[in-house]
Amino acid sequence: MDMTAEPNPLPGGVPAGGSASVAAPANPEPLLRLRGISKHFGAVQALYGVDLDLPPGQVTALCGDNGAGKSVLTKCIAGIHEPDEGEMLWEGRQVHIRTPKDAASLGIETVYQDLALADNLDIVQNMFLGRERVSSVFLDEDGMERAAADTLAGLRVTTVRSIRQPVATLSGGQRQAVAVAKAVMWNSKLVMLDEPTAALGVAQTAMVLELIRRLKDHGLAVMVISHNLNDVFEVADRIAVLRLGRMVAEDWLSSFDRQSVVDFMTTGGSSRDVLASGSSHDKD
Amino acid sequence: MASIDKPAGELPDTVTEALSAPDLTAAAVEVIPPEILAQSLGQYLRAWLARARSGDAGVLPVAIALVAVTVVFTIVSPNHVFLSAGNLVNLFDQSAVFVVLAMGEGFVLLLGEIDLSIGYVAAIGGIVAANLVQPTPNWPWWAAIIAALLVCGGIGAIHGLIITRLGMPAFVVTLAGYLFWFGVMIIILGAAGGVGITSTVLPNQQALYGLVYSYIDPVVAWIGLVVIVGLLGGALWLRDAGRRRSGLVAPPVGLTVAKIVFLAAAGVVVVAICNVNRGSFLPIVGVPWVVPLVLVVLAIWTVLLERTPFGRHMYAVGGNPEAARRAGINVSRVRTLAFVLCSLTAGLAGVIYCSQLGGMTTNINGGQLVLYAVAAAVIGGTSLFGGRGRAIHGLLGGLVIGAIYNGLYLLGLPIQWQLIATGLVLLAAVSVDALSRRGAGSGSLAHA
Ligand SMILES: Nc1ncnc2c1ncn2[C@@H]1O[C@H](COP(=O)(O)OP(=O)(O)OP(=O)(O)O)[C@@H](O)[C@H]1O
Ligand SMILES: [Mg+2]
Repeated sequence: MDMTAEPNPLPGGVPAGGSASVAAPANPEPLLRLRGISKHFGAVQALYGVDLDLPPGQVTALCGDNGAGKSVLTKCIAGIHEPDEGEMLWEGRQVHIRTPKDAASLGIETVYQDLALADNLDIVQNMFLGRERVSSVFLDEDGMERAAADTLAGLRVTTVRSIRQPVATLSGGQRQAVAVAKAVMWNSKLVMLDEPTAALGVAQTAMVLELIRRLKDHGLAVMVISHNLNDVFEVADRIAVLRLGRMVAEDWLSSFDRQSVVDFMTTGGSSRDVLASGSSHDKD
Repeated sequence: MASIDKPAGELPDTVTEALSAPDLTAAAVEVIPPEILAQSLGQYLRAWLARARSGDAGVLPVAIALVAVTVVFTIVSPNHVFLSAGNLVNLFDQSAVFVVLAMGEGFVLLLGEIDLSIGYVAAIGGIVAANLVQPTPNWPWWAAIIAALLVCGGIGAIHGLIITRLGMPAFVVTLAGYLFWFGVMIIILGAAGGVGITSTVLPNQQALYGLVYSYIDPVVAWIGLVVIVGLLGGALWLRDAGRRRSGLVAPPVGLTVAKIVFLAAAGVVVVAICNVNRGSFLPIVGVPWVVPLVLVVLAIWTVLLERTPFGRHMYAVGGNPEAARRAGINVSRVRTLAFVLCSLTAGLAGVIYCSQLGGMTTNINGGQLVLYAVAAAVIGGTSLFGGRGRAIHGLLGGLVIGAIYNGLYLLGLPIQWQLIATGLVLLAAVSVDALSRRGAGSGSLAHA
């Protein structure tokens, strides 16, 4: 894996929407910058002009109530849905991500909320699905099996009995581990995890959070969706809050406390409104 | 933020310990295939029995069916003629059509779709080949076969494109195809109502007819068998031994040996049966050419499905289309190609059928053929619900259907009893499929 970038020091915050002070210290160029992303399904407007920055070496937690549009936003970035409007800047260049292949070739990997594994295929087959290794025209089963085993061992996924067992025979937590391993096995620059700990026990949750920290320390941009504010506050550097398809807050972790995140999620505002205060970027 | 003073790639001990602890939620949804975990042949057999009891019986039902059908028909057929060499070779010839049709249908069943048209698509294939070896245009026999395959592949492409581009259910599109190609067949056959390939003066007709009715020299057949078993067995042994040596998941040695022994035994039985003189006046011996032809089709489709990325993508689309899409697989392309391969394979079945019948007539019952094909695939172990199926399932199921067809004919039972018997067998096969699926389903419910 190509993970050479040094972790970025935490810079000062820049509030969302550009409405507040821009006097903050220079932000690192975000790896991915979303501007005005909108998406509707028939009569349902899922996203309204969403802005979001995903800087490298930072964990951005995307919060929001059920149906806020978190998964839809993730899928827009992953090439599953094409946004109706808005632009995406990848390392400063405008890109159009139309298919999952486009996303993968940029270096975007996704762990979906509804786990995207084929039950009838085994662990190795799932981890390489769509990107099989071949020697001449035939599948390089041995090479794929070794690489998958190395990745799983690196993640300390030791409870599966055989790497060749069908995914249908795995427990929920094991499936989650396979999905995460599948996402981090490639030379990715951005990893998005949609509720990666929802099905997990305490130990497995700790593993995933630890993994997220490691990805970030290697300079990857990470986006995590979670309803569990404990997890969010443990692992995130930045928090973005969606409410009914609108981005209502985006700032450094220190600008929030649990109550204000809940307020943003439920009412779209906060008694300690970071957007209004305009001073939250003075971290520490 | 937690500081990690271990090198990248290492997790803190607490996490490591937690993960190494047995996962109490790991209640298996289905049973892990025995060959993956077993260390010895004995362990394998025990695991295999355990899995069969839990509902996922693998090839057990079709093996039982084949033995049961053979025993019953041997007992009840006049003079036990069912088990005579002459009849068994006849059975191989008859089964060839069902086997190849079932392998074709298997491609679409693998995606959880169905193709109802392939009976008449096969007929079109047979008619194209037969017409091309008529005095005019008198094409070479091999060119006639290739043309038949291309025409049928094209028909499959039309079906597949309508299904994927217009988003129509395969059931309806191929039902329309059933009627449409039935009509086209009658038009092509015209007033004569048939086309024959039994001329003894046209070598290309003889070659086509000879697919079923010319035989490999017994000595050549034995040599061929030794070569094939040697190559296949050697490849299997080298692969498994190599994987065992490099610590990859591999079946126990005993299982590899058992597979090779079984392969050799099956080959010896087939060649020995075919090399018995089955003529009444003049001697008739030898393996019909259609037998190696079917085995070549089996080999090619097995390699395509199990050793290439395209085959892997077919399983993925059959198992979880959304996962396949998210993995960057072009799902519409895979589905379209499944219909192409299905019809193309049916075209070859049609050529074999044409050889077996000595020509094609409007009497061909494409509806019955397609039902036999679906029945054969499902009896062989292919799931109607998608995601599970192999080319070998078509061979095994096709032999069962062929045996029933052949046995009922020997008993002199009229067609209505053949239909009823086949219907019951199909129902039994689908029940086994549904039961094994229900077993898996309730497992995952209990798990959720
Ligand atoms: N494929 C789709 N077709 C139609 N509507 C959709 C589709 N996907 C999402 N939606 C709608 O978009 C809105 C946002 O859904 P989304 O799945 O993004 O919510 P979420 O924030 O991920 O919620 P949760 O926390 O429950 O996962 C919902 O109203 C949902 O019904
Ligand atoms: Mg969601």
